Amino acid sequence: MSSTTERAAAQRRSSRVKSGLDYIDDRFGSSPFMRSAMDKIFPDHWSFMVGEIAMYCFVVLIITGIYLALFYVPSSATIIYHGSYKPLDGQSMSAAYASVLNISFHVRAGLVMRQVHHWAAVVFVAALCFHMCRVFFTGAFRKPREVNWTIGLTLLMTVLLEGFSGYSLPDDLLSGTGLRVVYSIIESIPLIGTKLVFLLWGGPFPGTSLIPRLFVLHEFLFPALLVGLLSAHLAILWRQKHTDFPGPGKTETNIRGSRFFPQYMLKGGALMFLTTAVLCALGGFVQINPIWLYGPYQPYAVSAGSQPDWYVGWLDGSLRLWPHWEFRSFGYEIANPFFPGILFPGILFGVMYAWPLIDAWIYKDHVAHNLLDRPRDKPFRTAVGVAALAFFSVCTMASASDLLANDWHISYERIIEILQIGVFVAPIGFGLIAYRVCIQLQRTGNMIIKKPIGGIIVRGGDGAYHTLGDHHGDHGANGDRLGGDLTGGGHLVRTGGGRGGAGEGAPGGAGEAASGGAAGDEVQSQRGSGAPKEAPPGVAGGETEA
Amino acid sequence: MTSIDESDSRPELDPRSGGRTGADQTDVPESLLPGTQEYLEDPRHYGIEEGAPWPDDVPRGQNDTHWRYEDDPRGARVAELRIAFCWLITLLSGIGLAAVYVAGGEAQVEGAFLFAGFAGLGVGFVLWARDLLPGHDVIASRGGLTHASDEADRRLAVQSLGRAVEPMARRPFLGKVLGGVLTVFGVSLVFPIASLGPAVDGQFARTPWRKGMRAVSEVGTPVKPSDILPNGVLTVFPDTGEPLDSQAMAQSAVLLINIGSAPFKVLPGRETWHIGSVGSTNCLVAFSKICTHAGCPVSQYDWWTHELVCPCHQSTFQVLLDCKPIFGPAPRNLPQLPLYVDPEGYIASQSGFTEPVGPGYWNRPIEINPFTHKAVKYS
Repeated sequence: MSSTTERAAAQRRSSRVKSGLDYIDDRFGSSPFMRSAMDKIFPDHWSFMVGEIAMYCFVVLIITGIYLALFYVPSSATIIYHGSYKPLDGQSMSAAYASVLNISFHVRAGLVMRQVHHWAAVVFVAALCFHMCRVFFTGAFRKPREVNWTIGLTLLMTVLLEGFSGYSLPDDLLSGTGLRVVYSIIESIPLIGTKLVFLLWGGPFPGTSLIPRLFVLHEFLFPALLVGLLSAHLAILWRQKHTDFPGPGKTETNIRGSRFFPQYMLKGGALMFLTTAVLCALGGFVQINPIWLYGPYQPYAVSAGSQPDWYVGWLDGSLRLWPHWEFRSFGYEIANPFFPGILFPGILFGVMYAWPLIDAWIYKDHVAHNLLDRPRDKPFRTAVGVAALAFFSVCTMASASDLLANDWHISYERIIEILQIGVFVAPIGFGLIAYRVCIQLQRTGNMIIKKPIGGIIVRGGDGAYHTLGDHHGDHGANGDRLGGDLTGGGHLVRTGGGRGGAGEGAPGGAGEAASGGAAGDEVQSQRGSGAPKEAPPGVAGGETEA
Repeated sequence: MTSIDESDSRPELDPRSGGRTGADQTDVPESLLPGTQEYLEDPRHYGIEEGAPWPDDVPRGQNDTHWRYEDDPRGARVAELRIAFCWLITLLSGIGLAAVYVAGGEAQVEGAFLFAGFAGLGVGFVLWARDLLPGHDVIASRGGLTHASDEADRRLAVQSLGRAVEPMARRPFLGKVLGGVLTVFGVSLVFPIASLGPAVDGQFARTPWRKGMRAVSEVGTPVKPSDILPNGVLTVFPDTGEPLDSQAMAQSAVLLINIGSAPFKVLPGRETWHIGSVGSTNCLVAFSKICTHAGCPVSQYDWWTHELVCPCHQSTFQVLLDCKPIFGPAPRNLPQLPLYVDPEGYIASQSGFTEPVGPGYWNRPIEINPFTHKAVKYS
């Protein structure tokens, strides 16, 4: 804004922007919404971007998926292959399998599209799982965000179904084997299993109905569900705003970060391009699902080393770990695959859906939160999460038992037996370790304020002590008094002076009574109380472990 | 005070807003438009509703118009060139991608150009936002801990609901009728789902194997006992006279095993089910290939230990003990098929299976008549 001409140019641009917005506003009255949308603030923590990576994977999946769908033939009709891939020339196979060979070898850019699509699916689920772990370990699912947690879980389940249905579409030997196992799992459901599996497959396995039906599910039903659920997920996020980690200047009722426009919009778009770039590199350079090596599906054939995509591995592993038990009486039986294939994931997802309730019950915490827990501050929750991850990892390892046996030169029986013990020991062990680590980290954090802090201590006119040059002090980035403070434990400690956040349980303590330059007092009182496991102030009643 | 009163009490705004009124739009003078100094200094852009009291946790006077190279024209110019360079990579990648496509396509090269193109675009945008655009590190109010409405609004909503709730509650008869009608009508709407699959009619227990059917290989050639050498295996299917569909193949696959001179345990009543005598150099037995765990074809045969291993979940069956499961999740033996050699010297089945093949299900019989193929025993 130095020269007059620059100012005039800015005025001209501004009036052009204005007339453009006028056109829109005359019709929609959208200026207040647009302003609040563009001014909206998003926190900058990197872990919040992983959910976005999942969303951008979905975008890549839709674009590459539409391209693939234009070439894919959803038909189980048997044909004799005479295409570009000579090793399978003259083989009889389904039209679906032949069309995927065609995409891979004949359609220009088809292979890279297919591999990007598959990689995007694999990364999608990984990003979703990471996102869910982040939300779990930091307590982001707490009130008022419980509904979005359940929507997110439903999204995860739909994505798993979407992924598995897509994985099955090529009708190759590997995916066909997966379908055979799923058929048996559904067949094993008490009372309705056989009827249900006939409705899904249109008769006995494998039949010719399933591939076209999977196509409908994979192309229309599941994506439509995903778009709907994702829209709801994002709309609720937009309304409730992001959570944020505690930190200097952050309180339960404010939000600190970058504006949606231009920062977040540009960086979000950039993240989409970068995600796409990485997926394209993977799709170009790293072979995935080479169905031409597996061959077409034959119901009487199977190859060794049949592993599903990673996100189904835990279910395959649980099938391997469950002993040879099935239960039978009065002429009816509950068949073996029901327990590891239906009951176990059912219980697991049931607990995950109920977790916000369980968590609120454990911590007697029914108030709303916008600031996140650090995992160390909720040792029990963190231990439960780590135990679940250990359990998941052991199950996933079990799905590779034959490969591990090969690589490690241990018999596959021993591997399974070790993992059968490990599936109990690992969650307990890692859970206990996580619990201890949390407690230790809490103490480590406490040490920081016990150490002498550099700076000059001055005594104010009201008699309170202030530490100058102490970044734990009671001021924000621009020198404003904030009333919030990050003490050594990482907890946001409220001081008596200034704001009283609506609906928050402020901690009782010496700091409450103080006013004015209370920050120094607050630190003192924290030190004096010597409570390393002091719960964050938002949690009424504190933690059970405290 | 209702919400209608509230909006009526506010002044009418700019006519272009279509008569809309609201706190957000009150008295926005022309001077507060993007690009002007007044706009930048206007405190209303910190996300705080107008008319609401200024939250204590939002610092006043913060200004989010600063950007990284604001005071460094040379740095800004370098930043600009950096961004342009990133996008130049994208441009070149685009040209490269088109050239590779025209030249015939090559997945690796396409992947490389796609990567470079998208990465250049993305990095350019990140640098643009970081170096040349404002909007970093701003603090704003959330407008309260949650977005919960106040008590008055909730009461008004209850009132609106109550308009209909009471009159409806006064007509319980209609409610009952509607409930009944919707139940019947709803159930009738579910009926078309039944078209998706046939009724279950014992198919899970039946296979196409019948008395006197020859065992044929996957290409349809009948098999003589001499075709399978000691410790050899062959997957066979029933010769029904016509090509088997995939469903019949999936259900009827049988593994013919020449166990050589190994000591095979013959169960009572199954003395004639194998070909050749146990302990001689050639003894052929036949078992269903469908795993009793999850239905995979049990296709790995270890001739040294005479064990069959399912590649899916490593269920292990000891052939010499009538394919008893000795490891893994499979709960039952693989069913044995009774064999004989027909007058022309080909292997054929004496009957169907005497028990259902494949994995378990709710009403699985434990014994079926091998000639009528009906379930004879459930418990």
